Amino acid sequence: MTDWCMVIDLDKCIACQACSIACRFENNTPVVSPEEAKNGREIRWNDVFPLPVHFGPDEGEYPNVKTHFLTRPCMHCKNAPCVKVCPVQATFIDEEGLVRQNYDRCIGCRFCTVACPYGVRYFNWYEPQWEETLAEYRNPDQVRVNGSLEGPAVRPVGVVEKCTYCVHRLIKGRAQADAEGRDFRADEYVPACVQTCTGKARYFGDLDDPNSTVSQLSKSLRATHLLEDSGAHPKTFYLSEG
Amino acid sequence: MQQTMTIHDREELIAPLYKFDRQFWMTLSFLVVITAPGLILYVRQLFLGLGVTDLNRPVFWGAYLVNFIFLIGISMAGTVISAALTLLKINWRRPITRIAESLTVFGLMTAGLQIIMDMGRPDRLANTLLYGRLQAPLMWDIASLTVYLMTAVFALYLQLIPDIALLRDTFPATAPEWRKKLYSILALGWAGTKEQWHRLEKAILVVSAFIIPIGISLHTVTSWLFSTTVQPGWKSTILGPYFVVGAIFSGIGLLFIATTFAREYNKHLKEYITEKFYVNLGWIFIIMSGVWFYFTLNETLVVTAEQETLEFPVMASKLFGLYASAFWGMNILMVAATWILVAPKFISDAPSRNPLLQTSTGVGASIVAVLIFFLLWLQPAALSAPLIQTLMLVALVVFLFLGLLGVTKWMKAHLIKSTVIASSFVLFGMWLERWNILMPTLTHARLMPYTSYHPTVTEIALTISTFGILTIMFVVFYKFFPSISVWEVEEGRAIEADSVR
Repeated sequence: MTDWCMVIDLDKCIACQACSIACRFENNTPVVSPEEAKNGREIRWNDVFPLPVHFGPDEGEYPNVKTHFLTRPCMHCKNAPCVKVCPVQATFIDEEGLVRQNYDRCIGCRFCTVACPYGVRYFNWYEPQWEETLAEYRNPDQVRVNGSLEGPAVRPVGVVEKCTYCVHRLIKGRAQADAEGRDFRADEYVPACVQTCTGKARYFGDLDDPNSTVSQLSKSLRATHLLEDSGAHPKTFYLSEG
Repeated sequence: MQQTMTIHDREELIAPLYKFDRQFWMTLSFLVVITAPGLILYVRQLFLGLGVTDLNRPVFWGAYLVNFIFLIGISMAGTVISAALTLLKINWRRPITRIAESLTVFGLMTAGLQIIMDMGRPDRLANTLLYGRLQAPLMWDIASLTVYLMTAVFALYLQLIPDIALLRDTFPATAPEWRKKLYSILALGWAGTKEQWHRLEKAILVVSAFIIPIGISLHTVTSWLFSTTVQPGWKSTILGPYFVVGAIFSGIGLLFIATTFAREYNKHLKEYITEKFYVNLGWIFIIMSGVWFYFTLNETLVVTAEQETLEFPVMASKLFGLYASAFWGMNILMVAATWILVAPKFISDAPSRNPLLQTSTGVGASIVAVLIFFLLWLQPAALSAPLIQTLMLVALVVFLFLGLLGVTKWMKAHLIKSTVIASSFVLFGMWLERWNILMPTLTHARLMPYTSYHPTVTEIALTISTFGILTIMFVVFYKFFPSISVWEVEEGRAIEADSVR
């Protein structure tokens, strides 16, 4: 069974935010006005922010400071707190270990957004809008699983959305392999952030395959998880700095 | 003797139901005026989305959820207390059971409204039935709320049947015909036979026994919405009983206010709802305040002492951060309410020459205390020396104490007024408590910068509307049905007469 997983090498990450931009254009996350963004309404499935979050850079004095950055997609937890609290199963873990979101079923109670310790879930406060020209560059990919909208499909107002590890790319890859009459290989599918990463800091693959890069890296002594104490068993690995 | 009294009772309690006087229309139009803006703003929210609130990431829940927990809490009072008193065969319950039970029904209905207001997609409410996951705490809450609401409506209706039959039988010729029709349908052919009475009393006992665990389950499950998550400040095993106690506490507060409101509205009720009720329920109120303080101390002290990295910032924001005014405001309100309830019990009725017990001393000391408070708040440079600050703090406490002591005599003489003051303190304090449970945790998320939350006009207007709707339901309901259970009061009199004989 495939178990999709991402490994992020923080030694290689240069905090260029290319992953965030790639994600935005791949997944059609709407842009909000600066005022709304200041009010905590921005939607960033992949976010890059300085560490520590709460008490500023405390190592050294300018110009001799050492700043850490963290890039954060969804952790696709094995024991996902968001999935446990959803009253209508609008968010669920599929058989390949992806935590997915069904926009057609979500009732917008925002229990999952409150329950997620990583804050990877976002709510559509308004109908999503794009500036005139931007709307033309939306990703046309539509994912309909059992008739329900998922992935990059434009979300309606009032529902929750999140990083899907670009599940539409997986579905498209599978369809292509089927059409060509061959087996689907795990290396045919990577999310947009992994594809674009400037420092090649992101790795993606099948954790169940012992020979894959991600399984090798996940056994590294540097491999760690974000907020391990939350008990969510996140599947996105980080290779710690230094 | 007994017969003449009951006819008198019936006239005083039933005649006002057909009198739509100026007072009624004034009250109703006032309530509609304060309710309307919220409803208009809700329609706007429906069209634009929840962006019209100040909710954001990570403060995904706000005033609506605070109101939800608060309303769930106040709805506890009615049915559970009335059921407990019924099962214990306590006689002074009789005049207040009707008001208590109706408060539960209206409280739960408005609480349900909060959930719908808070939903991003209220049009998909049916999904909870179509795709409901029984493992999700929110589904437990929905299930519990539905069962409690249905049981509460049933309990209220059971208790109403003999009174509706009475209304049907004493229907005045001048009143509109549709009301008569309504009463005859609702009375279910009640004829007051021995068999019917027997069955009714049995049914009331059974419902009373069932409603207590159902009520406790609802408040516990509501606390589980929070304590089953992994967020700092909510990961607590004490939240369940804490919510139940807080619910009974605030519920009794609302019951006192509603009863006094009904008494002022229909002066005849003063003969039925006497001071005895205020004294007796007041004791339960005092016990609840003690238990509430005990739980609050547990919550606060343990987290403050252990100073855990994630939990402590949340607690610190309550003790001396962004939420300090809400937290200490809540505690001051609760201390004041407890003082108002307890202190008069320690002094005698007789007029006293003791200068400390004069109302004028109390008012004077309170004014001085307020002045000192503002001096402490504004911190003028001349008074910034640590010694002076400490002395001022001590003086504040002393003058506050003198103020409370001075008004005790007045409170002793005005039992009902002081109970209502204490009740409003408790209600406001409990709303703040719900706020203090939700907001500090939501604003102190783990991987996001700390933020704040200030309800917008929409949220404030909808909060006012909610309480407006609650009061409208209360006022209109008691134009259709007597606010005192006539048959229960009559039965109580018969029992009393029996025991005297």
